[in-house]
Amino acid sequence: MALFKLQINGRSYQADVEPDTPLLWVLRDHLGLVGAKYGCGIAQCGACMVHLNDEATPSCVLPVSAIGASKVTTIEGLSEKGDHPVQQAWDEVDVAQCGYCQAGQIMAAAALLKRKPKPTNEDIDATMSRNLCRCGTYHRIREAVKVASTKLN
Amino acid sequence: MKLAATAGGGLLLGFHGARAAAAEPMILDANAASAALDFNSFLAIAPNGTITIFSPNPEVGQGIKTAFPLIVAEELNVDWKQVNVVQAPLDTKKYERQVAGGSGSIPHSWKRLREAGATARVMLIGAAAQRWKVPAEACTAQNGMVLHKASGKKLSYGELAQDAAKLPVPQDVKLKEYKDFTLIGKTYKNVDNQAIITGKPLFGLDFYREGMLFAMVQRPKAFGMKVKSVDATQAKAMPGIIDVVTFRNNVAVVGKSTWQVKKAREVLKVEYEAEGALESTADHNRLFDELLNGSEATVRRQDGDVEAAFKSAAKVVKSEYQCPFLPHNPLEPMNFFAHVREDGAELIGPTQTPERARGEAAKYLGLPPEKITVEMTRMGGGFGRRLAADYVMDAVEVSKLAKAPVKVIWTREDDMTAGNYRPAVKYRFEAALDAKGNMIGYKLRGVGINAGNPTREQNFPSGAVPNLLIDSVEHKSPITTGPWRAPITNFLAYAEQSFLDEVAEAAGKDPVQFRQDLLEQAKKTPTGDVKYDLDRMIAVTKLAAEKSGWGKKKGPDGKPLAQGFSLYYSHLSYVAQVGEVVMEKGKPVVKKIHAAVDCGVVINQSGARQQVMGGIVDGMGHAMYGNMTFKDGAPDQSNFNSFRLIRVNEIPEVEVHFVNNGMDPTGLGEPALPPTGAAVSNAIFKATGKRLYKQPFVEEEPFKGIS
Ligand code: FES
Ligand code: FES
Repeated sequence: MALFKLQINGRSYQADVEPDTPLLWVLRDHLGLVGAKYGCGIAQCGACMVHLNDEATPSCVLPVSAIGASKVTTIEGLSEKGDHPVQQAWDEVDVAQCGYCQAGQIMAAAALLKRKPKPTNEDIDATMSRNLCRCGTYHRIREAVKVASTKLN
Repeated sequence: MKLAATAGGGLLLGFHGARAAAAEPMILDANAASAALDFNSFLAIAPNGTITIFSPNPEVGQGIKTAFPLIVAEELNVDWKQVNVVQAPLDTKKYERQVAGGSGSIPHSWKRLREAGATARVMLIGAAAQRWKVPAEACTAQNGMVLHKASGKKLSYGELAQDAAKLPVPQDVKLKEYKDFTLIGKTYKNVDNQAIITGKPLFGLDFYREGMLFAMVQRPKAFGMKVKSVDATQAKAMPGIIDVVTFRNNVAVVGKSTWQVKKAREVLKVEYEAEGALESTADHNRLFDELLNGSEATVRRQDGDVEAAFKSAAKVVKSEYQCPFLPHNPLEPMNFFAHVREDGAELIGPTQTPERARGEAAKYLGLPPEKITVEMTRMGGGFGRRLAADYVMDAVEVSKLAKAPVKVIWTREDDMTAGNYRPAVKYRFEAALDAKGNMIGYKLRGVGINAGNPTREQNFPSGAVPNLLIDSVEHKSPITTGPWRAPITNFLAYAEQSFLDEVAEAAGKDPVQFRQDLLEQAKKTPTGDVKYDLDRMIAVTKLAAEKSGWGKKKGPDGKPLAQGFSLYYSHLSYVAQVGEVVMEKGKPVVKKIHAAVDCGVVINQSGARQQVMGGIVDGMGHAMYGNMTFKDGAPDQSNFNSFRLIRVNEIPEVEVHFVNNGMDPTGLGEPALPPTGAAVSNAIFKATGKRLYKQPFVEEEPFKGIS
C-alpha cells in the first residue's frame, strides 16, 4: 500500500492503495466517485472514461501510480451543476436507455469538442467508436454530439 | 425507501392484493404505515402538493420507469412536471408481476395503472365538491387542481388529499377516452436523465455501504468441470483479503476492495476435474446434422398432409440456417449486494425478477420470503441475463458463509464465460410449391442445445399453409443457456424470413407480395388456429413497403436499390422492416433500415422510438458480428476484444414509423429485434446474389477477405 495524492475535479484527494490499482477502482471503491463505470477492464468499452489533462482516457487500465500530478476530471466534475453543453445535449436528445455507458460517452464527447468544437461526422464516429453502447443508442449519441457542438459555437 | 415516509400523511391509493385484477381500490391514510403494508400502492399525494408515483417494475433500459408513471399521471390529470417518480422495492402484497421480461409490463399493467390514477382523480374531485357543496359533475380536474367552473373556485390536489382519503372508494371509475389523452403519446425524457448525465449512483455496481466487503468468484474454466481441490493459502495472504469460501462449484475471495479481491483471485490454486462432457463447437456442428436427419423429434404443430403435399410439389425449396451461442453482455456486469443475518436478509442490486431472487434466497437460507427484502437498482442492461438469479445467489451464499455484508462483482470475463447464453440452434426449412407458385407445404425442424423448443409453431406462416409440420429436438449440454432478448425469435425470425425470401424467389414472386398473398390466404381459408392478427400483419407490411419505397428506388449505381423485407410478430407487437444495402469497395454496407411498428398506442414517443432503434442496432449487431464458440467446454471469447459488439461507425440509418391504430398498447423491449436479421440478410442477397445461412454474417461469403 502507498499513499497517492490525486487532483480530481479541482480538488485534492488521497488514497492508500496498491500502486497498480487502476484509477477506476480508486475512484469507485475509495473516493466515492462512481460516475465512471466498469464495463470491460481492458480499454475496450469506454464506460470508465475520465479526462486526464483534458484527454479522454480509460481509467480501468490507468494505474494510480502513473497519474502523478496530472489533473483528473470525472463526470462528477465535468460541470458544477450538470449543465456542461454535452450534458445538456444528452438530456435534450434523451440519449440514455439503460444509461450505464453514458457517463463514458459524455466524457469522450466533451474531450472531442474541446479539441475540435466543430467535428465532422467522420470525427464523431472515429472518436465515439471507442465507446460501446450495448443498448444501441448510437443514433442519439451522434445527434447529441452535434447538438452540443452548436451550443458551444 | 419507505412508503410511509414519502407519503407523508397524504393520499395513498392502493389496490387490495388479492383483488388487484378486479381493481377494488382502497384509500389509506398514509400515516398508518402498518395498514399500508397490506395494499398495492401506485401513488401518493402529500399535503404540500408533492405527487409521488411509484414504479414497481425493474428498469433495465426499456423505459418503464418513465412509461408506467406517465400512465398513472394521465388519468390523475396532473402536470408531468409535478410528478416525482420513485422505484418501488419488491412487494408482492402491493404489486403484481414485478418483472422486466417478455415485453409484458405494459400490456399487463395498462389498465391497472390507469385505474389507479382515475380512482384518485375521482376522489379528489369528490373531496372538492363536498367542500364547495356542489355536485361532483360540476367540477373538473386539470394539472393537479380541481376546478368549479361556475364559481371559479379551485383547490390543489395537495389541499384536497387528506379529505379525499376519507371518502368511500368509487367502484368502476370511468377511464378516459383515448382521444382525450393529454400526456400519453407525446415525447418525454427518461426520468433518470439528470442522475445519469451527472454520474450519480444508480446502478447495482454503484451501491456501497460502510463496512461492506467485496467478493469475486472463481468458476470452472469450462462447462462440464467441477472443483477438485482448493489451495487458498497464497490468496489469503494477499493484502486486504478477509476470507476465501467455497460454495457450489465456486470459490469466492472476499476482501476490502474490488482490485484486491481480483488480484487475490488470480493466485488461487484450484484444481478441476471433468464431471460431464467437455463439448466443442465442432461437436455441436456434427450433432446438429445428426439431429436434423434423425427420426426422433417432438412434433409441435401439424396441419394437413405434409408428405402428400411434398410428393405432389412442382418445386421444393430446402435450406438450413444456423446461429451460434451468444452472451448477453449487458454493459454493467452481474453484481449483487447481500447482507444475510440470522433472522433475515437484505438484497440490493440489478434484477429483472426480484421475486425469483427472493424465492431462491429464501429457499437456500431456510427463511420465509417476508424476512428478505429486495431493492432494485437501475440496471445497466439485462437482455434476459438478469432473469436468472444465479448471481444474486452468489452474493447470498458468500454473505452467509463470510458472515458479512458483501457485494459480489463479476468481471467482464466472468460475465461472458459463466454461461446462461442464447442457445445455439440450427433449422431446416422445406417448402413445397405447386405449379402456380403457391406454397402448399411447409416443414420446419429446429434442433438446439439447451434450447427447449426452438420453434414458435403458432407464428406465421402457420395458419397460412394448408400442409405443415413443425418439430424440434433438444440436445442437453453442460453449457448453460437462458432467455436472451426476444428468446428464440431473435434467431428464428431471421431464419424464417430469409427462407421465405428464398421461397418467394423460387415462386417467381415479389417477397412483399408473396407474404401478403399468404396472409390474405390465411384470412380467406385459414388452416388450423391463427394465433396472430392477420390485419395487423398486413398493415405493418404495407406501411413498411410504402415508407421504404419498396421496389421503386434506385441505388447509387443507377440500378434498383438492394432492399430486403422482413416481417415478424412477437410479444404481442407487429414489426415489418426493410433493409437497404449498397456495395462499397466490393463490400455490402447496410445503409438504412425502415421499420413499421404496431404496438398499439404509443405511450412515450421518445422511449418507444429508442426501443425500436436500439432493438434494430442490437439485432443487426449480433447478426453481423456475434459469435460465441467453445473448445473442450471452454468459451473462446471472454471480453470485448474477442467478442465483437456493433459500434457507432457501423450502424445504418434507421427510420421508425408507428401504425398508431389506437389499440391497447403492447411491449416494445423486444419486438423490433427479431425481424432485423432478415431485413439485412435479404438486402445483402439482393446486393450480392448470396444467401446468408449462418450468423455471424461477417464470417460468410459476401464479407470474406474484408475486415
Ligand atoms: S471499463 Fe475501461 S474501457 Fe471498458
Ligand atoms: S445506454 Fe445502455 S449501454 Fe448505453
